[in-house]
Order: sequence, then C-alpha cells, then structure tokens
Amino acid sequence: MDPVLDAAFFLRWLAAATEVMDREGDRLTELDSAIGDADHGINMRRGFNAASDAVAKEPPDTPGGVLVGVGRQLISKVGGASGPLYGTALRRAGKSLGDADHVTPEQLRDALLTAVDAVSELGGAAPGDKTMLDAMVPSVQAYGAALDSGAGLTQALAAAAAAADEGAAATIPLQARKGRASYLGERSIGHQDPGATSIALLIDAFARTAKGDADE
Amino acid sequence: MSDSGLVGVVLVSHSNDVASSTAELARGLAGRDPVAPVAAAGGDADGGFGTSSEAIIEATRKVDQGAGVVVLADLGSAVLTVKALLADGDELPDQVVLADAPFVEGAVAAVVTASTGASLDAVATAAKEAYEYRKA
Repeated sequence: MDPVLDAAFFLRWLAAATEVMDREGDRLTELDSAIGDADHGINMRRGFNAASDAVAKEPPDTPGGVLVGVGRQLISKVGGASGPLYGTALRRAGKSLGDADHVTPEQLRDALLTAVDAVSELGGAAPGDKTMLDAMVPSVQAYGAALDSGAGLTQALAAAAAAADEGAAATIPLQARKGRASYLGERSIGHQDPGATSIALLIDAFARTAKGDADE
Repeated sequence: MSDSGLVGVVLVSHSNDVASSTAELARGLAGRDPVAPVAAAGGDADGGFGTSSEAIIEATRKVDQGAGVVVLADLGSAVLTVKALLADGDELPDQVVLADAPFVEGAVAAVVTASTGASLDAVATAAKEAYEYRKA
C-alpha cells in the first residue's frame, strides 16, 4: 500500500535525509576534495541538521510547509553554493504544493519539475555540465515515466532513485562546466560530482521513506 | 536623484578581509562627504571562507536609506546566495539589486556614483560598466 504524501511523510523523509547526510557526509566531502573545495558533506550535514532542528521546534502541518521550511534553513545555514541551490529547489517545490494537507504523486512530480527549473535558472547549468542536474533530470523523468505507465508512488520513487544513482555515476567521465570544478578543465574528468551524488542520496531517502524502511 | 537618502552598497565576498578591505578602499576613493553607506558581508557564519545569508541580509538592512541597495558579489556561493534571497525570500529590503560587475572595480564605481546621490539604476549601471575598463 502506497503511503499518503502528507506532512508526516515529508517529515519522515527529512529525518531519513538528515541521517544519510550524517552517515555519508564524509564520502561527499571526499568527492568534493577531488574537484571542489572539500566542504560539501560538512555543509550538507550542517544544513540538514539545522533543518531537522527547526522543524522539530515548529513542525509544519503541510507537505509544502515542510519543504519551504527545509529550503529556508538550507539557504541560511549551508554556507556553500549547495545552500542556495538546494534551498531554492526545495523552497520552490514547496511553494508549488501550496497549503494542501496532502498531495498526489502527480503533484509531487510537478513539484520536482519546479525544483529542476529552479536549479537550472539559479545556477545556469544544463544537463551534461557535471552538476546536481545530471542526477535530478533523469530522476524526475524516470519518476514521471513510471507514474505514466501506471506505477504507484513507491515504485515510481524507486525508479527515480535508481535513475538518480545512474545519473550521478554518469558524471564521472564528464568535464565540469560550472562552479569551482570548472576551473580544473580536463582534470575534473574521472571524478563523480558531489552535488549529483547528494541528490541521489536525497532521492533515495524519498524512496526508502515510501518503502517504509527509512530507519534501517 | 533620490530624495530619500543615498543608494547603499553591499559587498559580498568569500573572505571577510576582501569584503571589508574593498569597502574601505571604495570609501576612501569616493572622496566625498557624505559618502554612500557601504557594508561588507564577508565569509561564512563561523568566520571562515564562504557565504553567510544572515550577514548579507543584515548588511542590506544596514545600508538601506530608502533609495535602494546595490549588491556586488565575488563568485560561486556569494552570487548564488544573493540570487536565491532575491528570487524567493522576503528577508531583504525592497529595491535590492545584484550588480553584474567586477568586484573591486565595480565596488569603487558603485560607491563613487552612489555618493553623488545617483539613482539605484545609475549606481548598478556604473558598477557594471566597470567591466569596460580594459587593462591590457
């Protein structure tokens, strides 16, 4: 049975996302030390912990409220480029969900598309530039395609997580064209993009939350 | 010309030293009294290299005299954080613009122009036109 996409679902996702940033933060920082400034895991960990603390104090009662609140905290607390990018993505996605107390899987797709647009617009990157978009775009496409072919939420999110993982792995042979890594030119080839990797972790947290095993 | 004070200038850099020193340089080269309000928002919240959205918000509020605020940012997260605050938030005062400008040259141009009582548009344009100063 697919879960209902209510505020409680998104709060469970936030808990899973915070836990995965705590657990995988060192790996993200290691990836970032190869082509960036070695702070991505530290930043994401700080941002998601701040977001978890903030919503624990005043838990929002709508899915949109949760995402807007998390986005605001990420912009405020992360301190690197991932803060405004992730923060704006979640804030826009949250706003697109309005103040409904629960949303449909199709509305979640629209919110994810809004997030992709927000990241493209803010960062000016396109797929293939070795950025978080290289995981986001195929992931949202896979989610939408699964829904279109009749899959339910849990199955569609599993497809989204698999596509995000593949998208992140596919950044390894790419040359970076945005951010600090782009200054490295060809030397950025051969390393997996940290932003695409953290996107894959966050989408996987959605998939695991839906599957009900986020605490494992 | 504005009848509600001078346009303010905010300098956002990954480094607190770069932001503060550029502010001091721009004030010094403005050579006028009164000089337009300038505030630095440099480094992250812990004093390291990075960007603090709170420092940016505080700086814009500090220099806002009602005539608008021009923000200059160095690169990466500094630029993206200002853009994110402008795009969605309600944290910044009204009439804040991010100038597409080189950091040091743009800061000097913006502060000199703002100190003459020029409009928000004129100050942002002056900062942007600093790109046209060729050095070689």
